[in-house]
Amino acid sequence: MVNDISCRNFEKVNKILEKYDYKPSNLISIFQEVQEIYRYLPEEILVYISTAMGIAPSRIFGVATFYESFSLEPKGKNLIKVCDGTACHVRNSDKILSTTKEILNLKGDTKTTDDMLFTLDTVSCLGACGLAPVIVINDKVYGNMTPEKVRQLINDIKEASCNDQDS
Amino acid sequence: MIRTVNELQEKYDELSKMVQGYHMRILVCGGTGCIANGSLEVYEKFKEVLHKKGLYTDLKLIQEGKEGVGISSSGCHGFCEMGPLVRIEPKGYLYVKVKAEDVEEIVESTVLRKQPVKRLLFKDSAEKKEFLKENEIPFYRRQTRLVLKNCGKIDAEDIRDYIVCGGYKALAKVLTEMTPEEVCDEILKSGLRGRGGAGFPTGKKWKQVLMQDADIKYVVCNGDEGDPGAFMDRSVMEGDPHRMLEGMIIAGYASGAREGYIYVRGEYPLAVKRLQVAIQQAHEWGFLGENILGSNFDFDIHINKGAGAFVCGEGSALTQSIEGFRGMPRPRPPRTVEKGLFGKPTVLNNVETFANVPLIISNGADWYLTIGTPGSPGTKIFALTGNINNTGLIEVPMGITLRQIIFDIGAGIRNGKKFKAVQIGGPSGGCLTEEHLDISMDFDSLEAAGAMVGSGGLVVLDEDSCMVEVARFFMDFTQRESCGKCVPCREGTKRMLEILEKIVSGNANIKDLQLLEELAEVVKIGSLCGLGKTAPNPVLTTMKYFKDEYMAHVVEKRCPSKVCKGLGQLAIDPDKCRGCGKCRKICPASAIEGKTREPHKIDITRCLRCLACVDACPFDAIREE
Repeated sequence: MVNDISCRNFEKVNKILEKYDYKPSNLISIFQEVQEIYRYLPEEILVYISTAMGIAPSRIFGVATFYESFSLEPKGKNLIKVCDGTACHVRNSDKILSTTKEILNLKGDTKTTDDMLFTLDTVSCLGACGLAPVIVINDKVYGNMTPEKVRQLINDIKEASCNDQDS
Repeated sequence: MIRTVNELQEKYDELSKMVQGYHMRILVCGGTGCIANGSLEVYEKFKEVLHKKGLYTDLKLIQEGKEGVGISSSGCHGFCEMGPLVRIEPKGYLYVKVKAEDVEEIVESTVLRKQPVKRLLFKDSAEKKEFLKENEIPFYRRQTRLVLKNCGKIDAEDIRDYIVCGGYKALAKVLTEMTPEEVCDEILKSGLRGRGGAGFPTGKKWKQVLMQDADIKYVVCNGDEGDPGAFMDRSVMEGDPHRMLEGMIIAGYASGAREGYIYVRGEYPLAVKRLQVAIQQAHEWGFLGENILGSNFDFDIHINKGAGAFVCGEGSALTQSIEGFRGMPRPRPPRTVEKGLFGKPTVLNNVETFANVPLIISNGADWYLTIGTPGSPGTKIFALTGNINNTGLIEVPMGITLRQIIFDIGAGIRNGKKFKAVQIGGPSGGCLTEEHLDISMDFDSLEAAGAMVGSGGLVVLDEDSCMVEVARFFMDFTQRESCGKCVPCREGTKRMLEILEKIVSGNANIKDLQLLEELAEVVKIGSLCGLGKTAPNPVLTTMKYFKDEYMAHVVEKRCPSKVCKGLGQLAIDPDKCRGCGKCRKICPASAIEGKTREPHKIDITRCLRCLACVDACPFDAIREE
């Protein structure tokens, strides 16, 4: 299982480091690939990268916390991004966000559901402004959103994941 | 592999002949907008139906002399709201909002019987007729599509399509007929100004890098389009990536660089993929790598994916990010042209700027100067969004008026509402109002009006939008995106946001307005980089042009557009109210009156807006209006 980092299997990370030649200028690309595997940047991996690349942990953590797309917290299996760019904002994206929060039962600043099935984020613009308001679920863009459509999409994912578990 | 200019010409002739052999070609838009609306399903369905009918289909170019139907996926057409879009060449028909179910009918009537499918044509509600071809539609008719000329007409993942459109001829011309100085001079003469927003003369920048005495130099393309409400760079990268690459290679030759970097937003996975394909093809064909087209010029391009930081659109922050650090700007001088990426002289331009270069080289600077205004030659791509009928990507000559863009191309305001303002250039830009409708859209006129071209985002706002809330929205964005290096930006934008939040929630007084204006000036003057320097623009322009709205919020505690939730007036719904009296008893200002078992009323003049009554009501009868 890819999420199990307790076994300290750094093989995949080593491959990424080799691919990028252990070059410090490739740090962001390395993080991006690591995050693709774990869906976040586990602390142990960051410490390992720091040692393996000979870069101070302060710089490693500095970079990992600076950029919005890196997460030090585990993320859910499905990543939902609600766009709050100007175009979406003037077409009431806040309603889409509040509905999504309500459907996922996320309170306050919590971003990930307890069952680790969903993580909800907002993004500043997805560049699909003609279709505002827009949401992205796992890199697929959905345009002209309404609260009902969001409900449908989330329900579909929930059902699909139930079926996965059954089979 | 093409080694000489002659070989390029031969290839061009050969491919042109093949294209003339087309019986018909179907182009399904594969831009992000259309994909979101299901264009990939349409594309697959076309393949399936054409195969079933035994019509010859080649996904790419058709072999010479063979009759048949070709089908390709193109880049963005710009008319995103009408997607998925399907073009039929050589007829030039444009079908809008095509669904997979429509494919059978298109094949039956257009492919087999050569008849257009009328119900899929674009219909204009104002002119009450349908349009057969793209260039007849009002949205396109008034545009000048030069940079976007190929977008939507070629397969972005096939270099041959670009070559048939005359691609890489500018590169060949530069490498065989011009010295680097001559290239810089030509670009300088054309008056091309950086399309990233600030409008610095491109030729001047290139020449400055060329003059630097350094063994290593770089060309960097800024594709980190982080501005909310802008997507022109995305469309160029997705729809015509080779045009941008060609511009970058020419820039490399002109400035003496051998390596280029493209910094693309991580949120644009399709752009990254198309660029990767384009770079690989350019290598295979000999436009990248060593001894390009038989010259002694070597050039290579790398892609760096951004990781989500708006400030990385700023030059010195962007180079920091490519080097693997936190993307924080540094004080200048030294400027990027002297010490840029890895401390070397660097040409840093935006996607659209590079995409203009092949046009200027092929047609000459004098031709370029005939388009646009003397101070801002050429065209500009704007992303037209918001409360407007036709949203999408438009390319217009500089100097066009706002009125022409909004009412001719954009077909006016949605739902018959009144035009209120347009937010131009994202968080760095400003708001323009009705009195600016006839302003010339060029770098200098916009700056004089307190706005700027910026990224080219045009978000149209109707009478229902609250300008104070819009200012708060942008301040919220810049405050979050501030890298935190310099105090004026880090602390100043935070305090400005706090004041704006106070205003929209109805808790501000007149002193707050003065403080907001003062802070705006300080942040503008004192910040280190462009992000901070321009962050107060939306606040300053809305305060200037919509002072009365600010005053209504602060003095009358009223939001004229009824947008700000904190300023709504409380009212009791008489149908829901059962007259239980709970709200009356809890109200500290005795603002609620009414007899038991009869609907109650709130006296607004006494209401303190403490909302205690809302919580107390068991019937959910008290609401903000």
